[in-house]
Amino acid sequence: MRKLTLIATAAAIGLMAGAATAQDQVEIVYIPKNTGNPYFDSIIGGFADACAELNCSFTTVAPATAEATSQIPFITAQIQRGVDVIAISPNSPDALNQVFDRARSRGIQVLIVNSDIPGSEAHRDAAILPVDFTTIGPAQVELLGSMINYDGEIAILSATTDAPDQNVWIADMQTVLENDDAYADMDLVTIAYGDDDPQKSTTEAEALLANYPDLAGIISPTTVGVAAAAQVVETAGRAPELQVTGLGTPNQMRRFIENETVQAFQLWSPYNQGLLAAHFAMGVNDGSITNEPGQTFDVPGLGTITIGDDNVILTQDQPTTFDASNIDDFNF
Amino acid sequence: MSATETFDAAKVRPLWHRIVVRPETVTLLLLIIAIFVSASLSPFFADLRFVLESATFYIEFGIVALMLTLVVVSGEIDLSVAAMMALSACLFGIAHRAGLGMPLAIIIGLGSGALMGALNGVLVTIFRLPSIIATIGTMTLYRGIAQVIAGDRSVGGFPSWFVGIDFIAVGIVPVPVIIFTILAILLGIVLGGTLFGRQIYQTGTNPVAARHAGIRVGRLKRILFIASGLTSAVAGLLMASRLGVVRYDLATGGELQAVLIVMLGGTYIFGGRGTIAGTFLALWLLIIIQTGMTVANIAIDAQLTVLGLLLILAIISANSIYASGRR
Repeated sequence: MRKLTLIATAAAIGLMAGAATAQDQVEIVYIPKNTGNPYFDSIIGGFADACAELNCSFTTVAPATAEATSQIPFITAQIQRGVDVIAISPNSPDALNQVFDRARSRGIQVLIVNSDIPGSEAHRDAAILPVDFTTIGPAQVELLGSMINYDGEIAILSATTDAPDQNVWIADMQTVLENDDAYADMDLVTIAYGDDDPQKSTTEAEALLANYPDLAGIISPTTVGVAAAAQVVETAGRAPELQVTGLGTPNQMRRFIENETVQAFQLWSPYNQGLLAAHFAMGVNDGSITNEPGQTFDVPGLGTITIGDDNVILTQDQPTTFDASNIDDFNF
Repeated sequence: MSATETFDAAKVRPLWHRIVVRPETVTLLLLIIAIFVSASLSPFFADLRFVLESATFYIEFGIVALMLTLVVVSGEIDLSVAAMMALSACLFGIAHRAGLGMPLAIIIGLGSGALMGALNGVLVTIFRLPSIIATIGTMTLYRGIAQVIAGDRSVGGFPSWFVGIDFIAVGIVPVPVIIFTILAILLGIVLGGTLFGRQIYQTGTNPVAARHAGIRVGRLKRILFIASGLTSAVAGLLMASRLGVVRYDLATGGELQAVLIVMLGGTYIFGGRGTIAGTFLALWLLIIIQTGMTVANIAIDAQLTVLGLLLILAIISANSIYASGRR
């Protein structure tokens, strides 16, 4: 009881002292999975630059750990602050549904950034995804093919045997290798699994080199695996007869590009996701964008963007290829 | 001469001294300061409805911490509380998914909590393992079983009446807050006003003397561990209702949250001292601090630093107060 009285007193004082000043700027907050992750810092950069240009007020807050429920207090606090848009890279596909509903019932736009919430699409307004993931497998095969003249033995170094994204991409790679005549001379000899663990990935990559002395290329569609494979090939001095590519971040792979162990690798641009999300949020807010599948809008630098089924928005169709010519433009 | 005087003064502390100089007073003072600081940090904080709504994110650990207070006063600790929340909630979710019906599923959830608590009690009192070791072991075991049975997926699809208990409010007070308050009153009476409560203090102060005084120490501790499992299961079900889904990693790290609340409330980690009032106030202190800083958009690293400093302050003050009160 005494506690309630105290809170009530504080409430009265607070109301007298600081009636919230009205903001006419649109307020956008972005909540990444956790703090201190360069990948998300890059998304934040996109938001911040877009907001500087579009005249919106942008803030970012994040929990210390990427635990399923750790973002909930932050969302509630933002609802209380009366923001207009909550953009979030959620730590759970469904644990946030209740609080998303609460935010939307107060007229707040809820945008999922970087990965969707499968099965819970009805609880958010739209999802901004980095790339059309169906292009990853074929694009990776084409990139490696161009590096080894479309000829020789190749291997895949994946994450865990049941990693859903990786398995879809590997299946796409196998399909294109079998069906496309351009890759007729490329022979997929094995698929190894490094469990996204640096040590295990290194051991698996070493085993590939030992078991397949004629190996011409390794594709590792995981950031941990591609760095480990590049390290092993560098140590063994097998470049350039053995080419490594995959999905990696520029900061991890910069060294291997500079010492020419790796010619090129791919990923997408988290910065562009932030940029797109801010433009989309502002457009929906001022009514210039209708948030319905099939609608299109323009984002400077990204071209015309189409809202897809389930209000999924793809930032780019093809993955970005990083090589010596452009890697210095990226920091994540 | 002065030595004799000091001795006498320590022996009979004046009544006002005994009432005012207590660890709970420190917690209460910190709480009052926290309320005013939070209100001045952000104009959005001073809204009782918002504070109570935010309280529901911490109340589950508060419920666990209330029972944990009794366990700690008895000289033991239970670090498996969060894992018991997760496993009982997962068993409840799986029972519901298997079509057993909600009443039976809830009974399975609560019953499994009591069973897990009983296993902790047996390990500590019959196998004579130190409770810190035994419950670190069962913490991993229960979490592991939850992962095996629930896998990496969420279990959901509960009926709509079950989901969102934190949205249901009496006036502006959400139901979980009411449950927490009622439990605090009940356990406060048990610990502070019953023979069983006095036996808990005696056991925690000196288990050998307690045994010689005819207290069935093993039985008492088993009861406390079972009750801890049961309240953890209640907290797990509340969390399941709040989130609408259960997962094996529910309440990860919650054991430290619960221990933090108990310590902030001035309960002595080596047993024998502590009150429910302290734990009750400590939960509100935690809620006010976290909510106040979060709504003011203060970065999480600064938040954790403040929490750590407060915890150290609370423990130092509790220890010095207990030392000064010792005869």
